Amino acid sequence: MTEQKAPKAKTAPLEPEGSVPSKPVGRRVFIGLAGAGVAGIAIGSHLQNAVNTVTDKLSSIDPSGIVGGIVPHDQWTIYTITDGYPKETEAQYTLRVSGLVDRPMTLRYEDLVRKTPTHITSDFQCVTGWRVHGVHWTGVRLSDLLDEAGVHKSARALRFTSFDGVYTESLTLGQARRPDVIVAYQMDQKPVSREHGGPVRLYVAPMYGYKSIKWLNGIQVVDRVEPGYWEGFGYDVDGWVGKSNGRNDDPTS
Amino acid sequence: MVATTTPRADAPGPGPAPEQLLSRFDRVERAVHWTNGALFLFLLATGYTLAGAPGTGWIGNKRSVEELHTYVGYALPFPVLLGIATHIGRQLREDLHRISRWTADDARWWRKSTRRSARVGKFNPGQKLNAVFVGACLFVMPATGTFLRWPAYFSHSFVAGADFTHRWFALAILIVTIGHIAMALSRPSSMRGMFTGKVPDNWARHEHPRWHAEMTSKSD
Repeated sequence: MTEQKAPKAKTAPLEPEGSVPSKPVGRRVFIGLAGAGVAGIAIGSHLQNAVNTVTDKLSSIDPSGIVGGIVPHDQWTIYTITDGYPKETEAQYTLRVSGLVDRPMTLRYEDLVRKTPTHITSDFQCVTGWRVHGVHWTGVRLSDLLDEAGVHKSARALRFTSFDGVYTESLTLGQARRPDVIVAYQMDQKPVSREHGGPVRLYVAPMYGYKSIKWLNGIQVVDRVEPGYWEGFGYDVDGWVGKSNGRNDDPTS
Repeated sequence: MVATTTPRADAPGPGPAPEQLLSRFDRVERAVHWTNGALFLFLLATGYTLAGAPGTGWIGNKRSVEELHTYVGYALPFPVLLGIATHIGRQLREDLHRISRWTADDARWWRKSTRRSARVGKFNPGQKLNAVFVGACLFVMPATGTFLRWPAYFSHSFVAGADFTHRWFALAILIVTIGHIAMALSRPSSMRGMFTGKVPDNWARHEHPRWHAEMTSKSD
C-alpha cells in the first residue's frame, strides 16, 4: 500500500516538515506575547508617558481618530461604579449643603447658575493614566457655597455624595477652599453631560479625576476626613496630580 | 474487497488533473476558526464602542455593551481549547504543532530575495505568526479585561497597566484582523480552504510545496 510514489519525480522529493530540523519559534513568540501581557499589567501604567509621544504621532497621521480612540490618547474614559449612568434633569436636580453649617441649604440648578461663575481651563488627569488636555469648566467656587452656608469652627472636612447612591468623596476644608475647586455645571461651554457627571459635578483641578465626584447631590461639612469610595480601595485620600498614588504626572493646576 | 474507482477529490490519483483538490482543514478546524472569528469580530465591535472611539457616541446603553463584551470575552479561549482537548481535534493539534515549529525554509521565506527558494510546509511564517498572535490574545485579552471590568478588586496601578495593555493589544488585533481578511480576499484559493476545507492542488504545490509533497506522497 505504501509503494505508490508521488508521480512528480522531477525534483528530489521533499521531506515532510515534521522531519526537517526546526526550532520552536512559534512557541517562543507565544510565550513572549503572553509575557508581554503580564508585564503590561505590572508596569504598563509607567509606560504610559513614554508611549504618549508615539500615540501623538500616530494620531496626527490618522485623521479618522480611530487609533487615538482605541489607544489611550487625550480622551475620556467613562467610569461608573453602578449600573448605567444615573439620571437627573436640571429641573429635578438639587444640591444639599448640610452638616456643621449655620444655614443648611438646598440649591436648585438655576440657583447655582445664577451665582458668580468661575472658569477654569486645565488638563484632566486620571489616576489610570489618561489625560485630556485643556478642558474648560464653568461652575461656582466651592468656597463661595461654604461661605454662604457658614461653616462652624469645629469643621475640618467635607463629605460629598452622588445621586448614583454609592460614590462618595472627601476633601479637607483647606483643600475645598482653594480657588480651583468648583461645583461645575458646564464642561467645554456645554452643560455637563450625563456621562460626565451632569447636570452638576465637583471639579477639583489639582487632583486626580476620582476626587471630582460626578452626579454631585450632597456636601456635608464634617469634623474629620472620611475617605471616599476609591480611597477604600487604596487610592490616596490626598489625590494631588503627580504627587500621589505613586505617579509622576505633570501637575494640572 | 472492492476497490472503488470513484475519484476522490481529497486523494488525488497520479497524473496532473487541474481540478484536483487537497484536503487542508477538517471540520473541527473550520468550526474553531469561524467561531473564533465571530467572537473576535463581535469583541472588536463592542470593544470599539467601549473604548469611546469615534462614531460611537450614539450608543446609549454602554453598560449592556460592557456586559456582553465581558461575557463573550470570557468565551474567547474556549473554541480553540475545546478543539484541542477533544479527540476529534487531532488535525488541529497537528497543525498547531506545525505552527509552533520554524524551519530553515521559514527563515528563507522571510527574506524577499530568498522567498522563491523557500519550500514552506503547510503554513508560511506569516500565517504562523498570525496564529500565534491570535493564540496569545485568547488569554491576554480576557486576563487584562478582568482588571477593567472589576477595577475595585485590584491595585490601581495594575488596572492602569491592564487598560494600557488591553488597548494596545486591541489596536494590534484590529490591524491584524483587517490584514487577515484583506489577505484572504485577495487569495481566493487560500480562502476556499477555510470555507470548504479543500484547496487546489496547483495552489498547494506553489504556495506550500513541502506540505503538497507530504499530501501527494501519502498512500490512501
